[in-house]
Amino acid sequence: MFENLSERLEGVFQRLRGKGKLTKDDVERGLREVRLALLEADVNYRVVKNFVDRVRERALGAEVLESLTPAQQLIKIVHEELIRTLGETPAPLDLGGSRPVPILLVGLQGSGKTTTAAKLALFLRKKGHRPYLVPADVYRPAAIDQLKTLAERVGVPVYDTDPTDNPVEIAKKALAEAKALGRDVAIIDTAGRLHIDEAMMTEAAAIKETVSPREVLLVADAMTGQDAVNIAKSFHEKVGLTGVILTKVEGDARGGAALSIREVTGCPIKFIGTGEKLEALEVFYPDRLASRILGMGDVLTLIEKA
Amino acid sequence: SKTRERLKDSLGELFEIDRLVDQAFLEELEEILITADIGIETVNRLLEPSRKKILTGEPLKVSELRRSLREEMLQMLTVPTPPFPPEASPAVIFFIGVNGVGKTTTLAKVAWHLKNRGFSVLAIAADTFRAAAIEQLETWGNRVGIEVIKQAPGADPGAVVYQGLQAAKARGTEVVLVDTAGRLHTKYNLMEELKKMVRVADKVIPGAPHENILVLDATTGQNAVNQAKLFGEAVKLHSLIITKMDGTAKGGIAVTVAHLFKLPIRFVGLGEKMEDLAPFEPKAFVDALLP
Ligand SMILES: Nc1nc2c(ncn2[C@@H]2O[C@H](COP(=O)(O)OP(=O)(O)OP(=O)(O)O)[C@@H](O)[C@H]2O)c(=O)[nH]1
Ligand SMILES: Nc1nc2c(ncn2[C@@H]2O[C@H](COP(=O)(O)OP(=O)(O)OP(=O)(O)O)[C@@H](O)[C@H]2O)c(=O)[nH]1
Ligand SMILES: [Mg+2]
Ligand SMILES: [Mg+2]
Repeated sequence: MFENLSERLEGVFQRLRGKGKLTKDDVERGLREVRLALLEADVNYRVVKNFVDRVRERALGAEVLESLTPAQQLIKIVHEELIRTLGETPAPLDLGGSRPVPILLVGLQGSGKTTTAAKLALFLRKKGHRPYLVPADVYRPAAIDQLKTLAERVGVPVYDTDPTDNPVEIAKKALAEAKALGRDVAIIDTAGRLHIDEAMMTEAAAIKETVSPREVLLVADAMTGQDAVNIAKSFHEKVGLTGVILTKVEGDARGGAALSIREVTGCPIKFIGTGEKLEALEVFYPDRLASRILGMGDVLTLIEKA
Repeated sequence: SKTRERLKDSLGELFEIDRLVDQAFLEELEEILITADIGIETVNRLLEPSRKKILTGEPLKVSELRRSLREEMLQMLTVPTPPFPPEASPAVIFFIGVNGVGKTTTLAKVAWHLKNRGFSVLAIAADTFRAAAIEQLETWGNRVGIEVIKQAPGADPGAVVYQGLQAAKARGTEVVLVDTAGRLHTKYNLMEELKKMVRVADKVIPGAPHENILVLDATTGQNAVNQAKLFGEAVKLHSLIITKMDGTAKGGIAVTVAHLFKLPIRFVGLGEKMEDLAPFEPKAFVDALLP
């Protein structure tokens, strides 16, 4: 549907060829294409503005103005800045502190928390950890069943949640249980909640307060649009995040929301969900998402999988 | 949210004083429309005439611009809207969409709505894939007070549709609601599976499904266009439902999708309870985008 940025910039600079040295106006024309590409990728309007300002600063230097391949130079700058914003290198899970290490998953309704909890458990189990799953969603119909079923599939024990308990009590009791069982990580699945639902946000903060999780991960859908900034900001302010997991990445969404989330929270994206299967969890690589946001394909992943 | 309030205030202010539109005004308006997820192409098309006027120095009043924008957007949302539920007995309605948008919950809400209007309703649990999807629908069925036809997890969804429609025919049910598994529109096999379910429905009840509803999450950005495109290429789409309108996302992409694919929006979802469903009101929707 969208032309990729590289083609667009080639187009823009092609028309200017033969004019000799590029002017500031020419660069502005290129930047306009960058801006459009980012907006089409769902990067938030304000985030795009700041980002383009950063790119402009560099693009007005000699590397672009005097280059014979200005389109490529500009792409290079944009790509580098994207990677810089997204966080350079993969950020590992923090599993320090006393056992069991609590990990809390939070997010909007339907973003993929329950599935991701099971995926994380499998990921950790394969690494030699002894994870424990905690269903703390007493609201959504069959949410406890869902996690119990998934737990069985990944071969990880699960807390036998009493649906009449409140989520704070559940988390507390489950942690004690995890300790008694000698588990080393406890992954707590919470109900989906809107960032503007004060009661539910207070509940999430109370769970956090009670179990002092080492990681509080926002599970966010890669298809999220402009509102990602408000969502991420609220979760970060009201609950306090340590990282992000981006789900449903295997589709054709550009995933610009990730850039918005990263920009407003400063929290690293730690994993991506790439399918409904429980193995479909991958460590996040900023360079790949950068290419994707620009519509330049996930070349690296393809090469690695070949 | 603060941002929303701020935008609302700023737009309120923008429109309050009936001054002439200038470049700065258009820029702010552009921000408001883009952050509502309307989509850059649509926004450009909406704002192009005003941009031209300003460039040629033609005076344009803020109130005029507002009126024309509102009309244009209402126009985009104006598509033929056949009655709901469709006139067939039983009327078979499929709930379709990507993962986690709210298909199952919305089905329950629609069941409740139809039941209150006096229809006999039956649901088919054709999501046999997702963990506890069947239990989820059953719980809703109990709450709403409708029968749910199901098979074991992992069963062939086509077979469940077949059995459910046979049951509906035997009972003389008026409306059948089919819950399908969430699937990304880019997944070939899952889209083939969906096509098969539709074929099975048509075999049991010629002409069924009478309505395929694409469920869209208001929080979704530009990807909703691809969702509508690819689901629409796989099966005929008849309408949209926009969920999660109780959040801060404005669901602007719905304007673009409704317009591009000529799909009426039936309802909007406003929460997690069965009564949290409202008929779609184009004027209210546009006013929320353009306060
Ligand atoms: N395609 C795809 N689907 C996913 C991915 N992660 C989760 N899902 C699906 O998204 C849907 C919602 O996932 P859940 O895990 O139930 O989401 P949740 O955040 O726990 O939902 P609530 O508890 O209702 O807030 C399900 O259909 C999952 O199978 C992913 O990476 N890719
Ligand atoms: N706030 C809000 N939440 C909603 C709305 N509609 C659905 N939800 C929630 O969104 C989550 C996902 O809803 P489901 O009905 O399970 O979504 P689905 O599309 O059937 O999901 P899959 O079958 O896994 O693809 C649940 O937590 C619902 O309670 C709505 O209008 N507003
Ligand atoms: Mg869940
Ligand atoms: Mg469902």
